[in-house]
Order: sequence, then structure tokens, then C-alpha cells
Amino acid sequence: MEPVRHITGTAVPLRRSDVDTDQIIPSDWLKRVERTGFGQGLFSEWRADPDFVLNQPRYRGAAILVTGPNFGTGSSREHAVWALQDYGFSAVVSPSFADIFRTNCTKAGLLPVQVDAGPAEALMAAVEADPAVLVTIDVEARTVLSAAAGVSTTFPLDDFTRWRFLEGLDDIGLSLRNEAEIVAHEAARPAWMPRLATT
Amino acid sequence: MERLSSHNVRRQTLADKLWDSHVVHSAEGEPDLLYIDLHLIHEVTTPQAFEGLRMAGRTVRRPDLTVATMDHNTPTIGLDLPLADPISAKQIETLAANCAEFGITLYPMGHAKQGIVHVIGPEQGLTQPGMTIVCGDSHTSTHGAFGALAFGIGTSEVEHVLATQTLPQRRAANMAVTIDGELPAGVTAKDVILSLIGRIGTGGGAGHVIEYRGSTIRAMSMEGRMTICNMSIEAGARAGMVAPDETTFAFLEGRPHAPAGADWDVALAHWRSLPTDEGAVFDKEVVMDATTLKPHVSWGTNPSQVTAIDGAVPDPDAMADAGQAESARRALAYMGLRAGTPMREVPVDTVFIGSCTNSRIEDLRVAAAVIDGRHVSAGMRAMVVPGSMQVKADAEAEGLDRIFTAAGFEWRAAGCSMCLGMNPDQLSPGERCASTSNRNFEGRQGRGGRTHLVSPAVAAATAVAGHFATPEDIA
Repeated sequence: MEPVRHITGTAVPLRRSDVDTDQIIPSDWLKRVERTGFGQGLFSEWRADPDFVLNQPRYRGAAILVTGPNFGTGSSREHAVWALQDYGFSAVVSPSFADIFRTNCTKAGLLPVQVDAGPAEALMAAVEADPAVLVTIDVEARTVLSAAAGVSTTFPLDDFTRWRFLEGLDDIGLSLRNEAEIVAHEAARPAWMPRLATT
Repeated sequence: MERLSSHNVRRQTLADKLWDSHVVHSAEGEPDLLYIDLHLIHEVTTPQAFEGLRMAGRTVRRPDLTVATMDHNTPTIGLDLPLADPISAKQIETLAANCAEFGITLYPMGHAKQGIVHVIGPEQGLTQPGMTIVCGDSHTSTHGAFGALAFGIGTSEVEHVLATQTLPQRRAANMAVTIDGELPAGVTAKDVILSLIGRIGTGGGAGHVIEYRGSTIRAMSMEGRMTICNMSIEAGARAGMVAPDETTFAFLEGRPHAPAGADWDVALAHWRSLPTDEGAVFDKEVVMDATTLKPHVSWGTNPSQVTAIDGAVPDPDAMADAGQAESARRALAYMGLRAGTPMREVPVDTVFIGSCTNSRIEDLRVAAAVIDGRHVSAGMRAMVVPGSMQVKADAEAEGLDRIFTAAGFEWRAAGCSMCLGMNPDQLSPGERCASTSNRNFEGRQGRGGRTHLVSPAVAAATAVAGHFATPEDIA
């Protein structure tokens, strides 16, 4: 993944809770074998409505999605993250995220920014009222700032994940540093555990 | 791990025991690196992972701990014909090519062992107590019914497991859901889990592994336990688990990949050591009384929007929480329902019996018993999609297929089918389906389709009645 240090930009307000990954990227799009091009499918059912927030020209070019609680609930499809990124989002701000979605974000480099209900609502209201409101997210400091919205708050990001974001590090390479320990664990596994034929 | 003297042993949960025995590497400030005993893969969430391996010059570390099936895209009729959708066909071909390239066992379309990934694991005895199991599918929580730590992952994590057979993870908190008492007649595992999700919400289990406990669970079949663990993800939980017991062992013994002979005894001794220690502390607890439960039906567009079948479509204006009220308003508009309508008066035009939640042999037996000698109501489209080709064969050996077809049901081949409509089995806009699946999200079963989650018993009775009904209603 690419390093992410600061995100500064405008935001799109999506005032809905429990937004599931079937809405973020409908299953029709999951048939593709590529990793790119999912932006077109982002919220495609909701975008059929011309009034839907992503169809409003005033919110074009936003880098941040501001949404209600429990965002990304449902299916484990990482395609949801790829769709948000491909569309142009670098971060999602929400009072809470579904677990698998949050993990997928941190693997693919989309920043999940969990803030308390108060600042989340303040930010939502501000960007609803004025699409030009600027929001700055600082990964190093773990802060969300928006003077126009009157928001200055922090978000949780463990040190390890923050380091991976800042450096743009590949998880697999990091895990393979522990090769000796993996081999030792494999040697100690009971022989009766199930194994498949390899072809 | 902390050292404790024998008279001061730390009391551990089932989940903690599994976690500790699978940590390969642990360091301050980093997630634990967990070893993965079984990696289930399917066509939808793997092509980009295999491509990632190739681009990085990596290979599959343990093809012998990896098994593949085709389930999400596969048609349930005309298996000998080319796939109608060329994009689906390409995805299926890509999985076959990747499995051939990396030496992975694949149960392709039409194979006797093919089926929904979460049905074939237990069926082949691959799912065993004490294992860590992952799959690029959120309903991997199903396998927790055996006392395995099993959870869904995304495609980046699939690639990680393929390359390393490990996964960096942070330990989840422990949540106990204790259900005691005997379930009333006609009330099933599906009703237990729908009721729980209705109570704690779609985020109620977030950050937690749920362990289901209590006399109701102990008395439940493996099929019922799988239904409950399956929908743990609908409560937002990382995983669902049930401690292994004699029911678990009886289910496993003699299955193709279960240990045999002397190994069986060794495995059994290990499995018996896994249940949560007496006095272990959970971070969160929920207690349910099974004796007062009713059959449940969902009315909205997320799985927490449920009611007992005796109830009515709720009134958003009467909801205290503004967010929930708004969500309910949107849901009723999408679902084409009016507040106050009794659920039994809601007409249904489609019935789907299938999915990793409710497509095992026991589910089909329950549904067949309800419709035996009856016929679906006029204009009803009803279909049964067995969870695996093995379930299909078993059901046919018992004559269940004939009961279903005589009643006007379509009898199909195995797959995910109308649970998510990635194959041609879909709802049309405005169609209303009583479905034994797990998600009632907007458009889940097809664009504009309206999904109501129910048990196999209620689905079968509804097919006959033409509106939501219990087996008692049509008796």
C-alpha cells in the first residue's frame, strides 16, 4: 500500500447508519477478477437516485466520507474498500465501523477514522451545510481537525497500524520476518489435524 | 504468556485457549501472529489474492491446509451448460486455474463434494474443535459451532494466509450469550439468533467473540449450532463459538477428514480440554430465556429489524432513538410495508430455502415435514437449494426431493444461490421473499427485491399459506 501521512480535503455527508457492504458495492461487481475499476460500482443502487449525495455536483472531488455508525457491516468483501478508494476517498469518518471492514481498510490503505458521536455529528452537520468545509486528518498525530466545523478531535489507531500507514508497509513481508517461529509452530502441530491432498 | 502456579491457574475461555495455542509470534505493541489450521477459499474473494502472490513472486505456503470450492456464482440448474454470465464464468475458470497452479484441492461445480464453503467444511470433517479457520467470507463464523475459532477475512488477508499460513490479529473480547430452557414447538435455532440480533443490534457483538452457552445450546444439534454461529456476524461479532461436547464428537466421528483409530482418542482428549473453565470471566454477558421465544420474521433491511411472527410491522414514529426511527422509515419505504400491519397478513410471492445458514439436511427435513402432502399457494415461486451436493444426495436418498417437488417447490443443485443473487437465482424488483438466508439488506437477493429472514419451518409454512405463517397455522 501507499504511505498515508496527511489527508486534507472536502467531505461527503452520508447520513445513514448501518451502511452495509452490499450497498457500498453490490454483489454483481464481485464477479470481477481485477482489483481496479470498482469506483463505478460504489453505492451504485443508491446512485440511481439523482438526488443521492454522491450525485450532487457540489460534493465532487471530496477525499473524505462522513457517515453514520456501524459503517461497513455485513459481508467481508474487500471490494467495498477498493470501491471507496477507486472513487477517490482516502478516509471514512464514522462513530463506529464493522470489524472486518475496518481491518480491510487498514490492509488496503483506506483510513478508518472513528470519532465520538459529538464530533461526528458536528462534522456531518457542517459538511451538509457547506460542501467547501475543509477537513484535515493527521495520521501521525491521530487527529481530525476542521476549523469551519469546530471539530478538533482524536481517533484510535494502534501504533503498529499507524506505522504501516505512515510507511506504506506490506503486511506479508512483516509477518515473514517470523519464519523461524512459523516453522517451529508447524513442527509442533498434531499430525492428526486435517490435511488435503496437494495436486 | 504469563506463568501461574498450579494452585492459581488462570481461568480461560474457549476462545482464549484457542488463541493462546495458535500464537506464533507476539510482541509488545504489535498484533499477535496467529497460525491458521484451515483456509477455505472460493471463487469470489481470491482472484486478486492469487494475483498479488504472483506479482510478489510468492507461493502458497500450505496448499495441504487449503481447500477450494465454487459456490457464490454457480448456477443451480443446467450444470452441464456453459455459464450464462461470461464474467461469472471467468471468475470460476480463474479459481480452477489458480488451484491447478498452486496445487490446491478444488471441489468444482458438479463435483460430489462441491457446495457452500461453510457446509462442506463440517461435512467433510475438515472443521474440528480447537482449530483456527478462516475464509474470505463473513459467514466463516459458522465453523465456530464445533469449538473452532473461525472468522471471515478480506482479500488482502486471504493473500496473507496463502503466503504465510498466518494472520496478524488483535485479540477480541469475550462475550457470553447464555440460553437456557427448552425451545417451544416450532421455534428453532434461527429464531434464537434472530431474536438475539433484534435485541443486541447489528453492532452488539462488535469487537467480541460470542460463546453460546446454556442448556438450550447443549440440547441443540450441530446443524442448529451452525445456524446460530453463522449469524454471529449479523450481530457484528468477530466470531461465534460453542464448546465441543458429545454431540460434536458424534457428528465428527467417521467423517472423511476426522481423525481415526488411535488418533481419534488423542484428538478427543485434546478436544475435551477446550471448553471454557468454570469461573472464567467474560467481558460482556447476555442471558436469554428459550421457553418464551416465538418464531421470528424480519421486517426491515438489516437483520436486527425483526419481530415475533405474532407481531406487526413497527411504527417508526414510536421509536425512541432518532437514528433507529429514520432507519426504520427508510426500511419500510424500501420494503413496501405499512406500520401496524400484522406480519401474518403480509403476502409473500417467493420462498427460498437454502444458504449457509439453513441448507443442511436437518433444515430440509424440517421444511419437508411441513409441506408433506400440501402444495404451495397459487402464484408462489418456491425453491430449495441444498447446501452441498452431499446434502442433495442425502435428501434424495430420504425422498425429500419428491416431497418438495410434489408440493410445487423447485429442487436445485448446491450453491449460495438466492442468498445473494450472484448467480441467476434472483428476485425481481418488488418481489417479496421469505428466505432462510442471513441478510435482508436492500437488493441483497436482486435489485429491488424484498427479503424477510425466517426459519425453514416458517418458510415452508409461508409457501403453503401465501403469507407469513407457522406450521401450526396451516395444520
